[in-house]
Amino acid sequence: MPALTYLQAISSALRDEMRADERVMLMGEDIGVFGGAFKVTDGFIEEFGPDRVMDTPLAESAIIGCAVGAAAVGLRPVCEMQFSDFISCGFDQLVNVAGKMYYRQGLAVPLVVRLPSGGGFSGGPFHSQNPEAWFMHAPGLKVVAPSTAEDAKGLLHAAIHDPNPVCFMEHKHLYRRVKGEVPTGVYETPFCARVAQPGSDLVVIAYGAMVPVALEAVSDGLDGASVEVLDLRSLVPLDEEAILDSVARCSKVVVVDEANATCAAGAQVAALIVEKGFEDLDGPVVRVASPDVPIPFSPPLEQAVLPSVERVREACRELLAY
Amino acid sequence: MSIDVAPPEETAAGPIEHLTLDDRIWLLRAMLLMRGLEERAMNLYRQGKVPGSFYDGFGQEAVSAGAAFAMAPEDRLCILHRDLAAHLIRGVTPEQVLAQYMGRDLGITRGRDGNVHFGDFRLGCVGMVSMLPDMMLVATGMAMAFKMRGERRCALTWFGDGSTSRGDFHEALNWAGVQKLPVIFVLENNQYAYSTPLDKQFAVDPVQRAEAYGMVGVTVDGNDAEAVFDVCREARERALSGGGPTLVEAVTMRMHGHAAHDDMKYVPREQVEEWKAKDPIDRQTARLSELGVDVEALRASVKAEIDEATEKALASPMPDPASATVGVFCEGEPEPLGDGVPRWSGFAPGGDA
Repeated sequence: MPALTYLQAISSALRDEMRADERVMLMGEDIGVFGGAFKVTDGFIEEFGPDRVMDTPLAESAIIGCAVGAAAVGLRPVCEMQFSDFISCGFDQLVNVAGKMYYRQGLAVPLVVRLPSGGGFSGGPFHSQNPEAWFMHAPGLKVVAPSTAEDAKGLLHAAIHDPNPVCFMEHKHLYRRVKGEVPTGVYETPFCARVAQPGSDLVVIAYGAMVPVALEAVSDGLDGASVEVLDLRSLVPLDEEAILDSVARCSKVVVVDEANATCAAGAQVAALIVEKGFEDLDGPVVRVASPDVPIPFSPPLEQAVLPSVERVREACRELLAY
Repeated sequence: MSIDVAPPEETAAGPIEHLTLDDRIWLLRAMLLMRGLEERAMNLYRQGKVPGSFYDGFGQEAVSAGAAFAMAPEDRLCILHRDLAAHLIRGVTPEQVLAQYMGRDLGITRGRDGNVHFGDFRLGCVGMVSMLPDMMLVATGMAMAFKMRGERRCALTWFGDGSTSRGDFHEALNWAGVQKLPVIFVLENNQYAYSTPLDKQFAVDPVQRAEAYGMVGVTVDGNDAEAVFDVCREARERALSGGGPTLVEAVTMRMHGHAAHDDMKYVPREQVEEWKAKDPIDRQTARLSELGVDVEALRASVKAEIDEATEKALASPMPDPASATVGVFCEGEPEPLGDGVPRWSGFAPGGDA
C-alpha cells in the first residue's frame, strides 16, 4: 500500500471515481485550470476535461443548487467549497432544497459537498470555521469527518456512492500533516466510528483534526492510565452503539471539538451519553472545545481559542483523578 | 417612480400555426381544471379539510398552462405554487391534487408537504421550496447536465416578480448565460409579491436584464395561453439548437390574495376590474366558441371530473402518524426522474416539435 497524505488520499478518491463512473463530475471555484486552492484537483482538468472539472462562477448558492439539479437528472456531482466557511452562501440550497428533497418527494439527491474546514494557520474568522454542527441540525444531510488518510479516501468513496447529500468535512490542517498507508482502488469506509486506540480507564471521543490531538495528548503524562480514543468519523449518522460501548468500557469520557462549544457535535455526543449511558459513568462528561468566539487571526489569539494537546491532556488528568 | 411593465397587444387569432383545434381545447381544459380544482380546494379549506393555509393561481392559469404545454415529456420542470395547470398537463390527477391539499396519503408528498409544494418526479418535475427562486438554480443544474451529455432537451422553471430581488435569480441567470444552457426561465409577473407592488421591487423591468446576462428576453401577455405557449415553444427550439437560455416575462395579475387569509386591501379596485376583463379563461373560451366548440359541454365534463376526484380524495386515508420519521434518507438505488405525458400535437410522430 502506498503512503499518501490526507490531501493525496482525497485526490486519489476523486480520481478513481472519475475514472470508474462518468456520472461523477466536480464543480467549484478555481478547481480546473488552477487545480483548486489547495491543489486537490491538480491535473484533473487535463485528464477529465473542463465539463467534468468545472470552473464555476463565484457563486456558492449556484454551485449547490446546480448540483441538486444535476444530481436529480442522474449525475453524481462533487462540489468543492473553497473554504467550508463559504457554505454559508449556499446554506439555503443545501439545507432547504437538497436536505428535504427525498423526505418531501421521494426524489434522491446524491451529491457531495467537500468542505475544507478548521483553523490553526491564521486563517481568521472566515477561513477557519468548523461548520459541521449547522448540517447535523438539518435533517436529510449526512456529515462525515475523516482524521486519517485511509479514512479520507474511503469515506469519500462511500460519500460519492451514497444516494443522499453528504457533507464531507476535510480538515485543512491535516492536508499535508497526516500521512499514512492507503489501499489502492475503490473501497468504502462505512459511516461509523472506529477505536483509534483501545483503553479502559477513560475514553476521549473526537473527530477530524482533534483525533491526532487526542492521540498525542494521551500518549504521555497520564501516569500510565489506559486511555481509549474513539474517532467518530461520521457525525450523521452518529454511531451511538460505538459511543455507548466505549462509555461502558471506560466509564469516564472527554469529548473534544475543534468547533465552538455551544450546540457542537460534542454537545450531541454528551447528550447521548447522559441520556443512554448514565449508569455506566463514573464522573461528569467533560468537554473540550473552542469558546464561542469567531476564530481570531493573530497566532497567540488563535492558539488561545483552539483546543490544544495540553488542554485535552489536562482534561483527562482531572477526570482520571475524579 | 412607477414601473411600466406592459404586456404586448392582445392578438385575436393566437399562434394557430402550431396548434390544432384539439391543442387549443386542451389548453382551455387545463385552465378550467386548474380553476375548478382550486375553487374546490378553497371550499374544502373553508370546511376545515385543508390544513395550513391555501394558495391559488386564480387569473394566472394561462402562464402555467401555456408554458407546460410547450414542454416535451423528456424536458424537466420546476413548478411554482400558482402553476397548478403545469402539474395537470404533466399528468398529475385531480384526486392527487385534492389529496395533496388535504395532507392525505394519496397526495404527491404523502402529507410531507402541503398545498402546491410538490413535484411528481415520476413525471419529470422537481417540486419547489418556499424560498424563492431557489428552483431557478435547480433547473439550471438540470440543463447543465443535459448539455454535458449532449441531450436534446431542456429545463423550465417559473418564478415571480418578488423573486427577481433575490441573489439566486442573478446566480441562475448568470450561470445559464455563461454556460449557454438549454433552460427557460418564466418570470410570472403578477404585479404583487404578497402585498409589495412592482415599484418597490425593482427599478427597471427585469426582462431588460436578460441582455446583460447574454440571453434573449421576451415579454408576453401572460393571460393568453396560446401566446405563452408560442413564446415557450420558440424558447425551447432555441435551447435545443444551442441558442442558450431565454428569460420569458409573462405579465399577468394575481386576482386573489397571497393566500386564503389575505383580503388584498392593498390592491386598488380599478386594477382588479381592469384585469377581470382580461381573464385568460374567458379569452380562450371566446376563441373556441367562435370556432364552434361546445365549451359548456367541456365545462360540464371538467366539473364531473372534479366531483369524482373530490369523492376519491375525501375517501383516501390520512398518512399513518408512525410514518412521520420514515424516509429522511434514501436507501438503495435512487429512482430516476420519469417523463411527462405528451399533450401538444407537436410531440406526436410527425409533429411540429
